[in-house]
Amino acid sequence: MQKTFMGYRRDNGRVGIRNHVIILPLDDLSNAACEAVANNVKGTLALPHAYGRLQFGEDLDLHFRTLIGVGCNPNVAAVVVIGIEPLWTQRIVDGIAKTGKPVAGFGIEKHGDLETIRMASLKAKEFVHYATELQRTECKVNELWVSCKCGESDTTSGIAANPTVGNAFDKLWEAGATTLFGETTEITGGEHLVMERCANEKVRAQFKAFFDRYAKVVDDHKTNDLCDSQPTKGNIEGGLTTIEEKALGNIQKIGRKAPVIGCLDKAESPTGPGLWFMDSSSAAAEMVTLCAASGFVAHFFPTGQGNIIGNPILPVIKLSANPRTVRTMNEHIDVDVSGILRREMNLDQAGDKLLDMLFRTCNGRNTSAEVLGHREFIMTRLYESA
Amino acid sequence: MTTHFVVHEPGDSVGVVVVEGVKKGDKLNGWVMDGDTTIEFETLDDIPIGHKIALKDLNVGDTVIKYGTDIGKVVKPIKRGEHLHVHNVKTKRW
Repeated sequence: MQKTFMGYRRDNGRVGIRNHVIILPLDDLSNAACEAVANNVKGTLALPHAYGRLQFGEDLDLHFRTLIGVGCNPNVAAVVVIGIEPLWTQRIVDGIAKTGKPVAGFGIEKHGDLETIRMASLKAKEFVHYATELQRTECKVNELWVSCKCGESDTTSGIAANPTVGNAFDKLWEAGATTLFGETTEITGGEHLVMERCANEKVRAQFKAFFDRYAKVVDDHKTNDLCDSQPTKGNIEGGLTTIEEKALGNIQKIGRKAPVIGCLDKAESPTGPGLWFMDSSSAAAEMVTLCAASGFVAHFFPTGQGNIIGNPILPVIKLSANPRTVRTMNEHIDVDVSGILRREMNLDQAGDKLLDMLFRTCNGRNTSAEVLGHREFIMTRLYESA
Repeated sequence: MTTHFVVHEPGDSVGVVVVEGVKKGDKLNGWVMDGDTTIEFETLDDIPIGHKIALKDLNVGDTVIKYGTDIGKVVKPIKRGEHLHVHNVKTKRW
């Protein structure tokens, strides 16, 4: 495995593999202004989303943690924040400013959209000049943060694509990298196996608390055995019969070697290298957005039936072992590991192939999802607004 | 030799078809990944790629084993060689 790659080293020491200037709305109302700025100033990226008004308590904390986390992500060079009013806007700006990167906030009230767009566009232009002069420098593998999540899984995911991620995760762990998995509900049926992998009793208790809490959410709200949702229609079409079967395939992604070193709440950041669990939804765009918010810079996404997800700032590297998916949806797949099913390739070789694509992606190759314009940015909500 | 289906562990009750176009009556080659052995099998149903074939007779209430682990319960009797899926197996959770 390569020991270095060419990344962007940020002022806070973290390393990114992309160099985005983002235009970040505090709330749904500010999407239009953000998109107008991104249209005016080439080389910027607006991240419209649906929320940010009248949220409260833990749900509001998560909203701020997600937006600040995305702004702090080392794949982001600089940030323009726009909100309907200045105070919560400033709260996002202050959170991002701790990284030392350029960030500026604009409130729409007392100015209107057009004046806000004018001021924010001038600042965004300044940030693009700044970002485009930053150079890639040599960075070490142990500075890399890689997350994973699978989607539209089928039985080939559990046989080959997910174990390929597991093999690559084992090798990244040995090299001192930081890795993460989540998808709390999609561990149902294999939770005992994750608990066996927890580094100590404290981590095990943390994991169990997150798992039991999420299981209670399902129990409290379900109206049937979730046969229309978990497994999904796509999962069932692909041959997965029960949540237990799906979960046992899912957890192949964590490999065989690394202990689970800690458990994180949604959008929280790891505090050291190793394999981390993050409590999260199993819906692809929500989960990958949370990975971006917790600071991950590259993402492994194995798929069976062909989930097409991407993220605005977190490059999603897609792999599949299903030969039909590789054939019919080829433009979405970065790494074809269907050779495992034909016994033409073993897991070790597949893991190396995925790592090769990881380093190419780190060095600048755009993923299929990036090239196809998949920028799903989906905030997780915990409950109704006030 | 083409591998038609894959079995995770030797004690599993199911294999996964990994090629397209498996038809009733086909003679299939199976690969047991854990231990790297092979088995031969005849299917009693058309089975789509990714779907499971029962490797033993199963009765209502039996536990289905894959990855050496419980993946659900049988709700309609299943014969060795038949297609095993949502029509005859359900989750024990939720």
